[in-house]
Amino acid sequence: MRDAFIDELIQLARINPQIALVVGDLGYGVVEPFAEEFPDRFINAGVAEQNMTGLAAGMASEGYHVFTYSIANFPSFRCAEQIRNDVDYHNLSVTVVAVGGGLAYGALGYSHHAIQDYGLFRCLPNMLIAAPGDPLEVRACLRYLIENPQPSYLRLGKAGERSFHEKVPDVVPGKWLHVAGALESGRNVLLSTGATLAIAMDRWQASTDPDFSVNSLPLWGMAAKPMQNEQIADCSAVNTIEDHLYDCGFGSWLLEAASCHSGLTGRIIVEALNREVCGSVGSQNALNILGGIGPK
Amino acid sequence: MKIDTIELARRIRIQSLKMVNKARASHIGSALSISDIIAVLYGEVMRVDPSTPQWDERDRFLLSKGHACVAVYSVLAELGYICKEELLTYGDDWSPMMNHISHKVPGVEFSTGSLGHGLPFGVGKALAAKRKGMAWKTYVLLSDGELDEGSNWEALMFAAHHKLDNLVAIIDYNKIQSLSSVHDTLALEPLTDKFSAFGWQVSEVDGHDHFQLVTAFDAESPKGVPKIIIAHTIKGKGVSFMENSVLWHYRPPSDEQLGQALKELANA
Repeated sequence: MRDAFIDELIQLARINPQIALVVGDLGYGVVEPFAEEFPDRFINAGVAEQNMTGLAAGMASEGYHVFTYSIANFPSFRCAEQIRNDVDYHNLSVTVVAVGGGLAYGALGYSHHAIQDYGLFRCLPNMLIAAPGDPLEVRACLRYLIENPQPSYLRLGKAGERSFHEKVPDVVPGKWLHVAGALESGRNVLLSTGATLAIAMDRWQASTDPDFSVNSLPLWGMAAKPMQNEQIADCSAVNTIEDHLYDCGFGSWLLEAASCHSGLTGRIIVEALNREVCGSVGSQNALNILGGIGPK
Repeated sequence: MKIDTIELARRIRIQSLKMVNKARASHIGSALSISDIIAVLYGEVMRVDPSTPQWDERDRFLLSKGHACVAVYSVLAELGYICKEELLTYGDDWSPMMNHISHKVPGVEFSTGSLGHGLPFGVGKALAAKRKGMAWKTYVLLSDGELDEGSNWEALMFAAHHKLDNLVAIIDYNKIQSLSSVHDTLALEPLTDKFSAFGWQVSEVDGHDHFQLVTAFDAESPKGVPKIIIAHTIKGKGVSFMENSVLWHYRPPSDEQLGQALKELANA
């Protein structure tokens, strides 16, 4: 996903002179091509995420679309108030980019486990969450964000993720993206956001006669809630999956969206990380299994 | 047209007092502390056009100590950005003039309220101006107490490193913060040395002396060096019973106290 991100960003920056990349002294081996091609639009803010985010908002107020880039919780929780007040409240075109969403940096310990980030961003009223499921969804999300500049959070995995689409899909906030399986009404859906799309697809491919289809929702947030009921109502059951804690995550977002429609919440089963994973250290796969979202 | 900044500062103080009295709002001491700085910036130093608040070439002003907003709302009304009658909606339900500076008021660039946000945001504006080859400057007014926030020191380092000589920070150094003196809370001294060590051009002035303020704003900094002005001020300046008192960080003046304050300012 990292490579797709920087490749797509460079292509978009060639067309759009307002795109700027501000990194928090991270991105070795990833961001250099952007820095070399656009030195006037690349800034290493140093290990100082509050200033990184504040200055990104200041630049955005003068017309830039600024991407702040760091890993795990550094560009998000460390500067949460700058994101809330400077970016979201002023409705500025800053996209916070976190590499290592979920438990991608599992061996690096709790400081590097981004498993509460949806909770932070989904409670900001103007914020659009972009959690692509594969490298092609990364490109799709980036294209959407550049065409529709707004406060946003782009959650990336790491590197080497498989692709599950044949081409870059069309993405719309709140609209589920069909990835595999049946399309008819009344189907069961395994609905993923972010990098758990690989787990969902592994389950689908491992099943000889899958009785569910796989959907991805790469763009969502507070404003996209009203679109959910109609899509839930078209299904018999919706099983959400995410590499984030249950609390304040994607599944609970969908449950809240459905809660105003009697009967719909009962169709939703939430699969998310349990709290046992907090503080545990290991590979991403091992931690996902410990957290309860492994293969079935 | 030349603006009498002494008279402008007096009017800012009067309007500010009336606003906090009507709204029963806090922070009058902080507003009186910065009234002269605001008057000099808007009346003499900054390039602004009240008839076109979003004029591209304007200098940008950010009030990082957003709780002192009545002083800025007042100058915006005095210069014609907004109607003076609107000032009395301050603190009312649905008024754009909330009790911390609001970007929903014409002429205000940025909302603050939580401290330590103005300078990083101003750094971004100054950097944008540099990268786009724009001539306008960014002015950020901070309190002394808010220098406790680490984000300011991140921004100070960044601005010097990136040679943002189009950025001017002003410290309202009234030496009183929320519960006690700055010295007893987290001592800032030697403040000039700290800013110098961070790579800024530092000057110290009497923050109520308009000549000293203008001279400091007009002074050329070495190329590539951002400028910071430490303005020694008096919290509550201009109203004898409010000066140098923590109490007036919080208390709104009663009608009787407002009358007494206005009488003092009438004779100023």
